[in-house]
Amino acid sequence: MSDTNTERPAIACKGITKVFGTVVANDSVDLQVKYGEILALLGENGSGKTTLMNMLSGIYHPDGGQILIDGKEVVISSPIDADALGIGMIHQHFKLVEVQSAMENIVLGTKGKLPKTKQLRRDILAISEKFGLEINPDQKIYEMSVSEKQTVEILKVLYRGARILILDEPTAVLTPQETQKLFAILRKMREEGAAVIIITHKLNEVMEISDRVTILRKGKSIDTVITKETSPQKLTELMVGHEVTLEIRRPEYEDPSDLLHVFHLKVDKPDGSAGLKDVNFVLKRGEILGVAGVAGSGQKELCESIAGLIPVKEGAILYEKKDLKGKTPNEIINMGIHMSFVPEDRLGMGLVASMGMVDNMLLKSYKNTKGPFVRRKPARKMAKELVKKLDIKTPSVDMPVRMMSGGNVQKVLLGREIESRPNVLITAYPVRGLDINSSYTIYDLLNQQKQKGVAVMFIGEDLDVLLALSDRIMVLCHGEVTGIVDAKQATKEQIGLMMAGAGEREVMGHE
Amino acid sequence: MSSGKEPLIRTAKRADLPRYQIYLLRAAALLLALVAGGLFILCLGHNPLVIYATIIKGAFRSPMVIQATIKIMIPLFICSLGVTVAFKMRFWNIGAEGQLIMGAVFASYFALFHSDWPHWVLIIVMIIAGFAGGGLFGLIPAYFNAKWGTNETLFTLMLNYIALNIICLLRDTVWADPKSPGFPKIARFAQNSQLDKLFGVQMGWIFGLILLIFVFVYLKYTKHGYEISVVGNSHGTAKYAGMNVKKIILRTMFLSGGICGIAGMAQATGSDMTLATGVAGGVGFTAIIVAWLAQLNPWGILLVSFLFSVLEKGSTVIQSEYGLSADCADVLQGIILFCVLASEFFLRYQFVLRKKGGGRS
Repeated sequence: MSDTNTERPAIACKGITKVFGTVVANDSVDLQVKYGEILALLGENGSGKTTLMNMLSGIYHPDGGQILIDGKEVVISSPIDADALGIGMIHQHFKLVEVQSAMENIVLGTKGKLPKTKQLRRDILAISEKFGLEINPDQKIYEMSVSEKQTVEILKVLYRGARILILDEPTAVLTPQETQKLFAILRKMREEGAAVIIITHKLNEVMEISDRVTILRKGKSIDTVITKETSPQKLTELMVGHEVTLEIRRPEYEDPSDLLHVFHLKVDKPDGSAGLKDVNFVLKRGEILGVAGVAGSGQKELCESIAGLIPVKEGAILYEKKDLKGKTPNEIINMGIHMSFVPEDRLGMGLVASMGMVDNMLLKSYKNTKGPFVRRKPARKMAKELVKKLDIKTPSVDMPVRMMSGGNVQKVLLGREIESRPNVLITAYPVRGLDINSSYTIYDLLNQQKQKGVAVMFIGEDLDVLLALSDRIMVLCHGEVTGIVDAKQATKEQIGLMMAGAGEREVMGHE
Repeated sequence: MSSGKEPLIRTAKRADLPRYQIYLLRAAALLLALVAGGLFILCLGHNPLVIYATIIKGAFRSPMVIQATIKIMIPLFICSLGVTVAFKMRFWNIGAEGQLIMGAVFASYFALFHSDWPHWVLIIVMIIAGFAGGGLFGLIPAYFNAKWGTNETLFTLMLNYIALNIICLLRDTVWADPKSPGFPKIARFAQNSQLDKLFGVQMGWIFGLILLIFVFVYLKYTKHGYEISVVGNSHGTAKYAGMNVKKIILRTMFLSGGICGIAGMAQATGSDMTLATGVAGGVGFTAIIVAWLAQLNPWGILLVSFLFSVLEKGSTVIQSEYGLSADCADVLQGIILFCVLASEFFLRYQFVLRKKGGGRS
């Protein structure tokens, strides 16, 4: 990194404030990035990172404060303004036209006459080479992998001449190897003199890629530190506001016997394409089976087919000796099997967003009472118990759950499922969007269930957590199981290779 | 380099308001509607205060007039309850008009051809027939929606016209009154087929009150009502909870249509004493407005449908006394609706004006 301290900052935010209703998303936030620098913006979910970046890219308008680009004050009222100022944002959810080629997507929305295809291809390849991007300009987006799509997004902003790049959680959808590639590109950009802001909540990535870190907490900019002079522990404390232990327990269970057998499971996605192709595995009592994989590798289909929510095309799901294939959730309950599923989409599937805790407690049990009326008394008692037991923060058990924070919503959902005393507990991304404290509460709850002999399946995205919490890890890639490994022995790199499609034998054989 | 300007006005989300402010805002909307309506009346060359007073007087001036107002209210009130059941499930039943008509048609069959049955047996049979007629007509779009995911809004809307033309068909052919050659109509019901009166108003108001209690309890305290709320919130959640979503959609629409059908039965046998093409007369559409203005609250529907009926009845008086067209009532309804819906927007959002200097503070 060259000495850029004397230069004007590429972007300077001074006292940026943004209010949504009563929620102060950004409270007088200060931030500076120089050209030739990578700044990490670190903060827990809901700390205001994305809001701040959306103001820089013209999606929101600040209620107060100043934004300076190259030392001059600017008003950014639309993404077009941001574009003209040389700010490019790469969103968490890609904004690409699937049926068009990479090239067409890249020029989409640029001003002026379109260059000739040949010229355009040459231009794009020239930029790719300069920054070390690998791309086929003629490939259609729908044929691309997630990381290729991300490359197109990056090219899109580079083609527009962006000198300031903002990446919103770019690694969430990547394997560790793809992350390394992305980081190489970002370093190259830094060398070329671009200013890069990367939003993330993964500490190890912050340590690896950034020059400086700005930490946001509850909408306020808490501190900016030089990466080399800090540690993950210190960053966490800044992020959370108090000391935390970053250790996840892995208690042992004496007698893990087989409970759920899955044989040759094939499941289609709603669009008819294959979601799961020939999946085989065993889930044991008293274990946590971690499931790793790039987003969209079949995790959703796996959970929902076992829970009886989507049809199974082929194969068998045996609970002890009873086949659950083709059974509806209701029929599974009637078979006397206590299976609990904590879905990824908490408010769209697991809970009724507009209802309070009491009515949400009833969701799966309202049928169990006699007569035409719903009995809310026991549900109210249960809701109040859960509030106490799991330290759920809500002004009332009747307040709609959509008004609660993500961590509390998850406690309500997981709490209800655990109260039903399950034998099998399937959890899909249970800590997504949760702050660190709530995440550890959830890990503890899962461990308690494991120690009671419950068979727990844990679909995760953070490999560090998966490796620390699970007993075994099953890796999915494109709807297939590429390996099931012992979590105590596997490394992150090995899991990463399997996530990209390498077989268990070749990966573990490297040892 | 300032490359853009902050827009002059932008909307911003507002914090949840305390309850009294919500009511205050709604009251202000109503006041604004009356003022705007007053300006409209002023433009027509009348004194708005006099006109408003006449409307109120026109709806209440004598016991007989009050009875007439209630009579107007009966089908509107029952229909509003009917659509509420479907709306709670976020099933946009715009077909109350058609369901009301089919309820009237089914009930009319017994009124016309079984008038010799004992009176109370006949009345009960006609209630059941009205319910079944409306319910079955509501079941058609529900079935297609549950089975193939067809759009219920368009489907129920189109069925209204089919229902209306079924009456025309019956009137011109099989049910044509032989005593009225040249002028097609359906015969007047025999005395035995007519709904009795209680306190000078046809018994439909009793049906309405019973249905009010029923709908209130059904939606709030029963398992069915709970299922309706869950399905309305998210089909995904309902399936997750092991509910049979299709069955719930069918059952709920049968009930919704059935209640509208009872409105049709009451209107035909209690007010019109025959089956006329005007049996619904737009009530099914007004019911949608009533249900929404009342926020799908059955007690609120009681109030709102009463106020609408007052407006309706009162405007017939301004027509006769001042020569103002009864369509004025529709215009006033429209203005009230516009203002109240706008107030719902302002409960959640506020306007932020551009600050001097372009967004800096």
